[in-house]
Amino acid sequence: MKKQRGLMALLAVIAMIIAACGDGGGEGTEDPGEEPEVGELGAIEVADGDPIKIASLQAISGDAASLGTDQVRAIELAIVDRAEVAGHPIELAFNEDDLCNSEGGQTGATRIVADPDVVAVIGTSCSGAGVPASNVVSEAGRVLISGSNTSPYLTSDLAGNEGPDHHDGYFRTAHNDAIQGAAAAKFVFEELSLTQIATINDGDPYTEGLTSAMAAAFENLGGEVVVNTAVTADQTDMRPVLTEIAAAGAELIYFPIFQPAGDFIAEQALEVGGLEETVLMGADGLLSDTYVVLPQTEGMYFSGPNTPTTGEYDAFVAAYEEAYGEPPIQSFHAHAYDAAMMLFTAIENIGQDQDGTLVIDLQALRDELHDITHEGLTGSLKCDEFGDCASVEGIDIVQNTEDTADIGAVRANVLITYTPEDLGIGG
Amino acid sequence: MTEATAPARPVRRASRLTPVAIFLWFLRIVALVVILYGSFQSISSGRLTAAQWRDLIVFGVSTGSVYALIALGYTMVYGVLRFINFAHGEVFMTGAMSAFLVANGLASTSLWASNPVLSLLIVLLASMVTSMAVAVIVERVAYRPLRGSPRLIPLITSIGASFTLQYIVRGLVGPSTRAFPRVEQLRGTWNSLGLVVLKSQLVVILAALLMMAGLYIFVEKTRTGRSMRAVSEDPETAALMGINVDRTIVTVFAVGGAMAGVAGALWGLVFPSLNFFSGFLPGIKAFTAAVLGGIGNIVGAMLGGVSLGVFESVGPSLVLAGYEIPAFSQLKDVVAYLALVLVLIFRPSGILGERLATERT
Amino acid sequence: MADVEAPAVEVEAKELIAPPALDMRRAVRLGLANSAVMPLLAATGIVGTFQGRLIIDPFLPLGLLFLYMVAWAFGWLAAKPPMTLEGFAPAVAGPRNLMAGALAGVIGGAGTAVLLVLMTTLNLRAIFLELSPQLADTLSFGLPVPAAVPLILAVAATAGLAGAGVHFLPVRWRRAIMPGLMWVLIFALFTDIVGQFFAGIGLDSITSLLFTGRGGPLTIVGAVIVFVAFSALYWYRGGRETTLRQRFDGLPAEKRTRWTIGLAVAIIVILWLIPRVMGPFVSQVLDNAGIFLLMALGLNIVLGYAGLLDLGYVAFFAVGAYTAAILTSPLSPAFSPELSLLAALPFVMIAAAVAGIIVATPVIRMRGDYLAIVTLGFGEIARILLNSEWLAPYFGGAQGITNIPDLQIGPLTFRSPQDYFIPIFLFVVIAAYITLAVQKSRWGRAWMAMREDESVAEAMGVNIVTAKLSAFVVGAILASFGGALFGSQIGSVFPHSFDIVVSITVLVIIIVGGMGSVPGVVVGALALIALPNLLREFSEYQFLFYGVLLIAMMLVRPEGFIPSRRRAQELHTEELAQDAWLEIYGEAGPGEQVAEGRA
Repeated sequence: MKKQRGLMALLAVIAMIIAACGDGGGEGTEDPGEEPEVGELGAIEVADGDPIKIASLQAISGDAASLGTDQVRAIELAIVDRAEVAGHPIELAFNEDDLCNSEGGQTGATRIVADPDVVAVIGTSCSGAGVPASNVVSEAGRVLISGSNTSPYLTSDLAGNEGPDHHDGYFRTAHNDAIQGAAAAKFVFEELSLTQIATINDGDPYTEGLTSAMAAAFENLGGEVVVNTAVTADQTDMRPVLTEIAAAGAELIYFPIFQPAGDFIAEQALEVGGLEETVLMGADGLLSDTYVVLPQTEGMYFSGPNTPTTGEYDAFVAAYEEAYGEPPIQSFHAHAYDAAMMLFTAIENIGQDQDGTLVIDLQALRDELHDITHEGLTGSLKCDEFGDCASVEGIDIVQNTEDTADIGAVRANVLITYTPEDLGIGG
Repeated sequence: MTEATAPARPVRRASRLTPVAIFLWFLRIVALVVILYGSFQSISSGRLTAAQWRDLIVFGVSTGSVYALIALGYTMVYGVLRFINFAHGEVFMTGAMSAFLVANGLASTSLWASNPVLSLLIVLLASMVTSMAVAVIVERVAYRPLRGSPRLIPLITSIGASFTLQYIVRGLVGPSTRAFPRVEQLRGTWNSLGLVVLKSQLVVILAALLMMAGLYIFVEKTRTGRSMRAVSEDPETAALMGINVDRTIVTVFAVGGAMAGVAGALWGLVFPSLNFFSGFLPGIKAFTAAVLGGIGNIVGAMLGGVSLGVFESVGPSLVLAGYEIPAFSQLKDVVAYLALVLVLIFRPSGILGERLATERT
Repeated sequence: MADVEAPAVEVEAKELIAPPALDMRRAVRLGLANSAVMPLLAATGIVGTFQGRLIIDPFLPLGLLFLYMVAWAFGWLAAKPPMTLEGFAPAVAGPRNLMAGALAGVIGGAGTAVLLVLMTTLNLRAIFLELSPQLADTLSFGLPVPAAVPLILAVAATAGLAGAGVHFLPVRWRRAIMPGLMWVLIFALFTDIVGQFFAGIGLDSITSLLFTGRGGPLTIVGAVIVFVAFSALYWYRGGRETTLRQRFDGLPAEKRTRWTIGLAVAIIVILWLIPRVMGPFVSQVLDNAGIFLLMALGLNIVLGYAGLLDLGYVAFFAVGAYTAAILTSPLSPAFSPELSLLAALPFVMIAAAVAGIIVATPVIRMRGDYLAIVTLGFGEIARILLNSEWLAPYFGGAQGITNIPDLQIGPLTFRSPQDYFIPIFLFVVIAAYITLAVQKSRWGRAWMAMREDESVAEAMGVNIVTAKLSAFVVGAILASFGGALFGSQIGSVFPHSFDIVVSITVLVIIIVGGMGSVPGVVVGALALIALPNLLREFSEYQFLFYGVLLIAMMLVRPEGFIPSRRRAQELHTEELAQDAWLEIYGEAGPGEQVAEGRA
């Protein structure tokens, strides 16, 4: 009896595998109607009166929720502002959560591309989620544009070497970490004239990538990284780390991490002996209003994406406040807005009309995104061959002084701005 | 018939050297060597000055005091009901959260600056009341119906309670981290007896000591305390002697909760940031502390807490740095977890020995 | 004198005492609990989030429905006739029960009303983020507050009343209507899946009949149809004398085997069809569920059979994932032999076995609860080490290891979620087979003896050391399979995928599904993994739900939803004895579990 059952099961399994032979491998891409002018990725047709569907894949829950929510709102504002593309309205068909981790990125992206009508995805928030999402979306022929991924692995190291996680359909309007790291390093070495620094990351791929980039750039300039250490994101006692840094004689600590770990470092640095003269420097993760109001962060420097000073940006902020009851929370809202707008422009440019139906050739869309120069809130965006589109406006170094009362004032208190050119990085 | 201290475990065959026993001895020796060598390297390399070591120790004592307060809850509940109340970390967190909320509310008034003592007392009260309420409610809803069930079941229930509390708080106040307002009067250090202690740390240590002394008196001298100890020894006999076991157990939870509430208020002085997940790690560490001192033993919990705080503060710099491990403070929590494992291998009954209720079938 | 057939019953019937009246104080207590739960549901944002989803177009949003369903449930609980005790006549539901239900409901409503008033008069939003004007609007049904308060009380009382009313329904009606309502909810919540299912089998027209638009809520017509259809189904089923299980057991041996094989083949065929029919997203979700199922089967052995509460189970998952990643990925930092996944599997198993031994050895002599915490510690240690800078040259640190190649078996490459469904499913079948085989083997019996009472088992000759080690090792190997497949499917491994939440999720799966029972674990995995992915509103409150579920299951049904029969018997010996008595004397029909005497 047992043998019979086992045999039957085995047969069934073999039958399955044989059947799978037929359709194993390479599933998932759809290719509808064959038009002569369409590239090998196929095209999406939008019937007359139907909306063009896009999706959002951002971190809308969990600790990174402010990062994602900020960008989702920016996308919604972009849709409202643009109103229509090539005569069709725009619909945000999916608002998926990337959970700031790889499964979230994978699952969310898979869900989105299962809908064959979605043209593009604006996301992800976190680089860790971006890795699988970039793969899934590109495989499905669509386009993924991120407003906040910064890991060089997703694009390139800006020196011509493709990143290991790069895929053709991936673009981003946020700067590459290589730029921010170099900017921070240059500032510390040249403006502050400090030669010995310590870096602290929190074990997250983004912060670790950024400290590595900064450390490398700093050493290139001739400085010395006396301590390159890490804490955990939920760590509360930073004193051992700080004591160690004090013992090593660092003149500045660069900790591009998030709250609450950043709070503890700033707070406890005041209490650890030997750090009285040490300068503290953070990055855009700490450029939030709940951080800069803390008295212990006074005097801190921050590196972050350039905050636009144009009238259009102010108008955007005003619209944001009116729609959502509070000013923008994090640093990448403008980038997300630009990502959406750039996408719309590209669609408009390459969309072909066929008896009232809009035909969007997916390969042409990718090519167009590489070709166009988009004037956005964050500046002039031009995508390189690996998908880095960030504007040449570059990185701001700002400072939180006793005169800056809130985050807006801090962001406006720009000490110096570095463009990629300043940093000697290929555009 | 009542065995006060000997736990009802299978009798160990001391005479047979089983492979397991050999392996465990091997582990003990390895651990000892690793720790001693690393420490020796660290100290002899002179990376940190004596003053810095002293500072680390003082930091450890103040953190440890907080752990000790939380550990009291674990140890008392375990002593009576013989299960780990996983939700106790969240009892602490809810108290801390109300402390933070009340403190922030007070800080926007003039009371905070003008009368810090009163303000902190209000904060303390809020924290203790919240923690006690949460502890008692959890006991009533989740644990009492399960008395007498196989041991695994209340344990799993407490895991469920822990998660539920975390996410209720998250739903209520959001996932963002809250800051504790600064107490101006507590800035600066207190220099005396060769020690340099931050004033806030000093307050924490003293408050903790006070609370623990109070608890000790309560448990040893008062009638309720006697009931608690009786139920802890042998619930059946205690019931026969006229003690209301149910009510006593509720008292145990309430007192443990109160202590956790104090810890919650003091947390703000030592670590001024808190979110809904902040109870998890301290909970585990506090339990480690309770085991370290001897589970069921109140003085043991206090001792274990302070010891663990010091280990955690000094350990990475002392042992790990000696091996030139990069970014060793990332491994801080590993020290705490390993401490638990090592204690349970080296001396499972803890420093001061266990005090448990007799095994009931 | 009475007939020979049932003399005892007649004599007993004359002597039965009237049952005690329904305890109203209990109803008040439940009402107070309700008055805490309902406002909490609102204040934590659950009502607000759920409100976005319509159940029946256009008037039934999920948020308020859920809120008052809670009141309904408390009403039901309050009005429940107490358990029939030996020597008493069975209690019959009467007006007192209705009052109890209404009372429980209305007190809850009062709590909600209080919240509404506080919310609108004080500015609590700074602290309690969810108390927004929209929520106030929802709770007050759009009316101004003074008018809303009595309405809330009335609706809550009615809900409680309705809950109480369920007890008045004859059993067969109850068994038809309640599931019918449940299926309406299911159809409404899973519109996407249902729609895709019908589309997949070519019955698109049904979808447009039942739902308003693709992915939209049910139409009124649709709701009625679903309700009637399923209620009828259950009604018919309820009329049967014996349950399916009993009929199955009653068959002669060969017929049973044939049915089992037939069922197994049918299930296999259906499961193979599902990815084809349901598309890539559902396949991805099923893949995730399958991987968790693999782990659950492993933990089932460690916890369900051997009784060892391993809270650090994720460590073995991580070992499997990272071993596979290191051996297969070209980007593995220290050492990249770039084997195929199949070639790497033996090494994965070895690594898992070693890890199992390392974790098991220190905990062999530890008590159950200590074992739990220590294994939790090990799980955390594993994650911290994998994330650390120190070991980054081997494990990639925070950047993880990416570019893990797809699974390849000979000429076949598995890429998409649909493709991966097959190997995952295969592994699950293998794991299930191992689990079942082991259960009946000497090992299995040794584990179960050890689980029940370690000292006695040892006295009876069970080598505890070997037993514990082997349990951990087998569990570790199964988890490592899950890890290897996980890494291959997603293509990368990052340390933050391996935190304690995974261990807890696996624990919840086997608790809810049924410890020690394979079908239970399968159902548990599908329910707990598929659901949050398919219902995005729920994913925000996923862990709250898990926590409540754990507590509820432990209180009510610790053996799980589809328990192994022995386990259920172990945990409910008293109730079973009661049932046996009731079968002879009580009103309860055979097989119906009467209330446990709690709460």
